[in-house]
Amino acid sequence: MAQMTMIQAITDALRTELKNDENVLVFGEDVGQNGGVFRATDGLQAEFGEERVFDTPLAESGIGGLAIGLGLQGFRPVPEIQFFGFVYEVMDSISGQMARMRYRSGGVHHSPITVRAPFGGGVHTPELHADSLEGLIAQQPGIKVVIPSTPHDAKGLLISSIRDNDPVVFLEHMKLYRSFRGEVPEGEYTIELGKADVKREGTDVTLIAYGAMVHASLKAAEELAENGVNAEVIDLRTVSPLDIETIIESVKKTNRAVVVQEAQRQAGIAANVVAEIQERAILHLEAPVLRVAAPDTVYAFSEAEEVWLPNHKDIVEKVNSVMNF
Amino acid sequence: MKHVLESVESQFEMFQILNEDGKIVNEKDVPDLSDEQLKELMRRMVYTRVLDQRSIALNRQGRLGFYAPTAGQEASQLGSQFALEQEDFLLPGYRDVPQLIWQGLPLYQAFLFSRGHFHGNQMPEGVHAVSPQIIIGAQYVQAAGVALGMKKRGKKNVAVTYTGDGGTSQGDFYEGINFAGAYKAPAIFFVQNNRFAISVPVEKQTNAKTLAQKAVAAGIEGIQVDGMDVLAVYAVTKHARERAVNGEGPMLIETMTYRYGPHTMAGDDPTRYRTEDLDNEWEKKDPLVRFRKYLEAKNLWSEEEENKVIEEAKEEIKQAIKQADQYPKQKVTDLMANMYEELPYNLQEQMEEYKEKESK
Repeated sequence: MAQMTMIQAITDALRTELKNDENVLVFGEDVGQNGGVFRATDGLQAEFGEERVFDTPLAESGIGGLAIGLGLQGFRPVPEIQFFGFVYEVMDSISGQMARMRYRSGGVHHSPITVRAPFGGGVHTPELHADSLEGLIAQQPGIKVVIPSTPHDAKGLLISSIRDNDPVVFLEHMKLYRSFRGEVPEGEYTIELGKADVKREGTDVTLIAYGAMVHASLKAAEELAENGVNAEVIDLRTVSPLDIETIIESVKKTNRAVVVQEAQRQAGIAANVVAEIQERAILHLEAPVLRVAAPDTVYAFSEAEEVWLPNHKDIVEKVNSVMNF
Repeated sequence: MKHVLESVESQFEMFQILNEDGKIVNEKDVPDLSDEQLKELMRRMVYTRVLDQRSIALNRQGRLGFYAPTAGQEASQLGSQFALEQEDFLLPGYRDVPQLIWQGLPLYQAFLFSRGHFHGNQMPEGVHAVSPQIIIGAQYVQAAGVALGMKKRGKKNVAVTYTGDGGTSQGDFYEGINFAGAYKAPAIFFVQNNRFAISVPVEKQTNAKTLAQKAVAAGIEGIQVDGMDVLAVYAVTKHARERAVNGEGPMLIETMTYRYGPHTMAGDDPTRYRTEDLDNEWEKKDPLVRFRKYLEAKNLWSEEEENKVIEEAKEEIKQAIKQADQYPKQKVTDLMANMYEELPYNLQEQMEEYKEKESK
């Protein structure tokens, strides 16, 4: 099995699906000759030609519309939005149009589109590059939102997303692109969308996270273990729809939970997870379900982002409060 | 330092074949249409005018929902559609239901669309189209995608989309024509310039003298055509279609037209922003009047023939409304079933809940 970074695993997934299905098209700003600003599409144009992997004019709404139109012609478009902070320019195409295609056509048409985009903070980008806007898309019925935390998951989830007949927004945390390597099987494999993964088994408290916060949660779990607290860590992997079964099963076992997100606290994925837990398992809880999140400001300028972003210490602190409730 | 705006703008002249009196003013561009085809064009315009009148009446009786009147725009809508092939793909705006009907959408489904029933949006087999777009300009970027897809598939077809004068102010308008231009994709972009975006006159929409000239910025061909002249609209569309399928790229067509009625039937009052003089000026240009004169001079059309079409239309509309009335009511569970290919847990639970509610 190969050791790969997440960005390599993503390229590998794209290559696998470009090979598998001639209807797969990969496009976006700088994705052709240049291989993408993060090199996610490195070498793909050379391998599959300009018909399959191509540059677009610099306009996100146009890219979204292009994807919808290509989808209507039976293609399986995989557009890249260069940074997810630019999503506002393509919100109508994503939330207004792709998400409604199946419904508004009464099932005659659909949008088998996977919108890929780097997101998340901690890499000192200029403003409007690093936001965690998954909550914005997760609020839209008709779309799935997938966020991998490891190279292995990234490849399997991206292949599943591309094969899915509904639109998927696939968010790749910038800090995870090259921060570590992991084992990635060769060839094709899929990971079912909407299925969470227990990244660490535990008995005392459930940490529910996704993206970079999975790693912060694992680090917190190590620290907690030293103090005798055995935390279970669930990686949601798909934040819409949620894998409610895995979450509830774990909470029923541990009776305590902390939900961790890198996004601002207000109206996010974590709030939804908390609501689902209290609706479905309140009598199993020994303490309120708490959240670890960034403060409710716009994303911090890079000089302040290290403090602004939630980290493992914040998680340990919240776990201690639920343990001592 | 050379200023070119004036010289560029002055080159965009309105293309016309048939003048207001039904006389040919441009012999060399008269399209090659048989007598039967000419009569069919007239029949469709008369039929569509009746459909508009009946739709307005039905709306006032509370028997239709959302309706955007079409009278005045028949030549623009039907002359363009008449030049298309069945395999071409339509991405209409909200006023462009007639094009869908003549492309094959059954009338009762058009009524269901108006009522807000999803079956109105289910294009039947062989009708290549999406239902009318509500977001102004969104259809333009999608048309670029459909056209690029056709090119990649090696199809000899075009993607055809419609917006209005107001639509040309949207970013998506420019992104759509620019993308299609960059890929030399077979798309035809219509701007039906009926002079008002709800109430805002085109003069306040832009400093551009014509909307067709906006094509220049995208590096594609643009032309302004008399949108009350069905032969001119047909000829220009046919030309744009041929260019597009021959790989010569997209074209922007501005049709100069007018809607006689309100923006929609949901409370718009055109007397707040249009003068009677302007209404009268445009009614003199009426597409049916001039084409009727042209056909009568050729002995191809008569009052009896027209009355026959009117009666036929009324009868078919009556039947279609009946059919729409009898169609099963839309349910919330239908909606849920069409959100995803496979229902996620939350919708599965909600589906059960609503099945229960709907069974009561």
